[in-house]
Amino acid sequence: MAVLSEEQTMLRDMAREWADNESPVSAFRKMRDAAPAAFYDAGAWQAQAEMGWAGILIPEAQGGAGMGYVSLGLVLEQLGRTLTATPLAATAAATSALLLGGSEAQQAAWLPRIAAGEVVATLAIDEGPRFAPERIATRVENGRLSGTKAFVAEGDSAQLFVVAATDGLYLVSGDAGVTRSPRRLTDARSHAEIVFDGAPAAKLEGGGPELLTQLTDRAAAALCAEMLGMAEAAFEQTNDYLKTRVQFGQVLASFQALQHRMAKLFTELELMRSVVENALEAIDSGKADVRQDVSLAKAVAGETLHLVSREMIQLHGGIGMTDEHDAGFTLKRARVLEAMWGNAAWHRDRFARLGGY
Amino acid sequence: MATAPEIDAPADPLARFRSEARDWLAAHFPPSLKGKDNAMSAVEGPHTNSPDEEAWQRAIGDKGWGVPTWPGEYGGGGLSRAEARVLQEEMARIGAWNPIGGMGVMMFGPTLLEYGSEAQKKEHIPAIAKGTVRWCQGYSEPGAGSDLASLQCFAEDKGDHYLVNGQKTWTSGGQWADKCFMLVRTDKTKKHEGITFLLCDMDTPGVEVKPIRLISGSSPFCETFFTDVKVPKANRVGEEGQGWTIGKRLLQHERSSLSGGGSTAGRMFAGAPLGQLAKHFVGVDAEGRIADPDLRGRIVRHDMDLRAFLLTLRRAALEAKSNQGPSAATSIMKNVGARIMQERSELLIEIRGLAGLGWEGAGFEEEALKDVRSWLFGKAVSIYGGSSEIQNNVIAKRILGMLDHQ
Repeated sequence: MAVLSEEQTMLRDMAREWADNESPVSAFRKMRDAAPAAFYDAGAWQAQAEMGWAGILIPEAQGGAGMGYVSLGLVLEQLGRTLTATPLAATAAATSALLLGGSEAQQAAWLPRIAAGEVVATLAIDEGPRFAPERIATRVENGRLSGTKAFVAEGDSAQLFVVAATDGLYLVSGDAGVTRSPRRLTDARSHAEIVFDGAPAAKLEGGGPELLTQLTDRAAAALCAEMLGMAEAAFEQTNDYLKTRVQFGQVLASFQALQHRMAKLFTELELMRSVVENALEAIDSGKADVRQDVSLAKAVAGETLHLVSREMIQLHGGIGMTDEHDAGFTLKRARVLEAMWGNAAWHRDRFARLGGY
Repeated sequence: MATAPEIDAPADPLARFRSEARDWLAAHFPPSLKGKDNAMSAVEGPHTNSPDEEAWQRAIGDKGWGVPTWPGEYGGGGLSRAEARVLQEEMARIGAWNPIGGMGVMMFGPTLLEYGSEAQKKEHIPAIAKGTVRWCQGYSEPGAGSDLASLQCFAEDKGDHYLVNGQKTWTSGGQWADKCFMLVRTDKTKKHEGITFLLCDMDTPGVEVKPIRLISGSSPFCETFFTDVKVPKANRVGEEGQGWTIGKRLLQHERSSLSGGGSTAGRMFAGAPLGQLAKHFVGVDAEGRIADPDLRGRIVRHDMDLRAFLLTLRRAALEAKSNQGPSAATSIMKNVGARIMQERSELLIEIRGLAGLGWEGAGFEEEALKDVRSWLFGKAVSIYGGSSEIQNNVIAKRILGMLDHQ
């Protein structure tokens, strides 16, 4: 656990308590079974907005909490523990775009509404199934944006899109020229293909040529916090299970072969926590180039969550393969998060390039 | 409302100590020794010190700053942790290094300060603080490695002294040591409660030391034989049967020093970055990447592992400082430190091809010859001080609460 301010400690504890009591995994299961059109838990999102989480990154003057990415990470980590399905991460990522590249007028138009929880916003960057920010074909002519974006998180319901085009980032809102097609993935969360066909778009004029990278790096770092919470909760549930399941007249936890596998997972989780906290702190510190910090975090987080989610199933045995058990939720969400904003291999490659080799 | 006096108020309460440390170091650290620390001296044994080295060791030893946080009454520096950090920063700033080290400093001293009698502390601690007495560790035996508590070296009660018979092994630096702290059995009917902690002069009649030649060619460890060795009862630390408790405490100090505090870890991984070395030996592709993509992938994994480890060391230190108690992260340090060190060594060998496997003689870079020996000696780090498997047992039982068969 990073060294937190009093305010951050309160935020974390409040988020943990809320997730445990108001939004346990059973709430996610209910949402999945009900399959609402927006594919998120509307009640939970409203409660989060009332607690001010939608505006964590937004300055107080614009109705937000004026906190940073460490604080956002603390909340997402707790939500990751219980697989809470709300558009918080996507909306925060779009918020970053407004903060980094929005004009005063754009910020004034959107930030107060986002902080109030009135607007679900998201990034629409990739045009294929793999993270490839250098391959953008979407074009803007005379303020009209056209292109197809793949697997846009919260794309089923987002009212505000931050869209990458060949010459920069644009805001698109409303439904004119926007066609949404749901893409159901294993995680039962909202992802959609969005076809923009001459949609009215407003350019984000602020920020430099690195704006897109800064944006996806912030989105990746925030996801890492969610992944950390998921991995730790999966690990704890597995450890609890091993202490109750009896075979050969002994609890499974007493078998050394399993003890050492759990010790290995624990070791990787401790390293994961360090790199994830480091990335979020690096962003908050105002460091100009956080690419290496973020790549380190996303690569380690991806590999560790991958490992933990596989071991969770294996160590639970057959029960872990049933839909009735929660282990499958972790596995099916984990792979989606691993792929988003660059998988481990993508980030290792960038880390090496930045290291000059 | 803010006025000049407030702006002038000292911002750093340690500023006075910082300036004191800076002045003292300027007066006593010989600039000729800048950056000439030998990290391997504990393994390679003593060498003849230059006059400058002698003078530096004497100066810092007399000041007590080789063991800055130990109490001043026993020859330590008597500094607070915060002051010790300032001292470390000031030393790093000018390339000064601490010549006071070894097992006495890392393991035995802190343990004796906790469990020793007043007379024992007065007798032994000042000499450790000055670096004039070398200590070795008599723990492992041929039949007691990971299962240390099964040790058999027996100390028979002879009234005012014990008569010690048995064998110790893996005695680090035994051939150069003046004294040995050891675990012996005083009761054969109990396992853990039958163990006692003794201090033995290495020149006592009946103590025989035989260096063990390792695959690296060096002999940092010894077999030590005890035949009717008389150890005065005054040299017993704690009570009879308390040896396991004291010995385990000492192992905690050993593990924390083996995992390497920030500066040790940094030093361990100094040298050319692996990526650059690989570009030199393997060549690059059209985009400037290491031509062997498989090797490149393993180097970047290693580099990330190292960064994650260093960040975890930093996090554990910050958490401990902010009164959150010892961080659970400390339990993973030894295993992760070992895996990173060994992986780095393996990569260093692989990158250079056969030129990375030179044993001695002409035709090899000096660095490459050194890396070969470190690679071979480095196999020890996942074995000594509690093997990686034992560390995993400790994590599973103490941290994760996974108990053995009932």
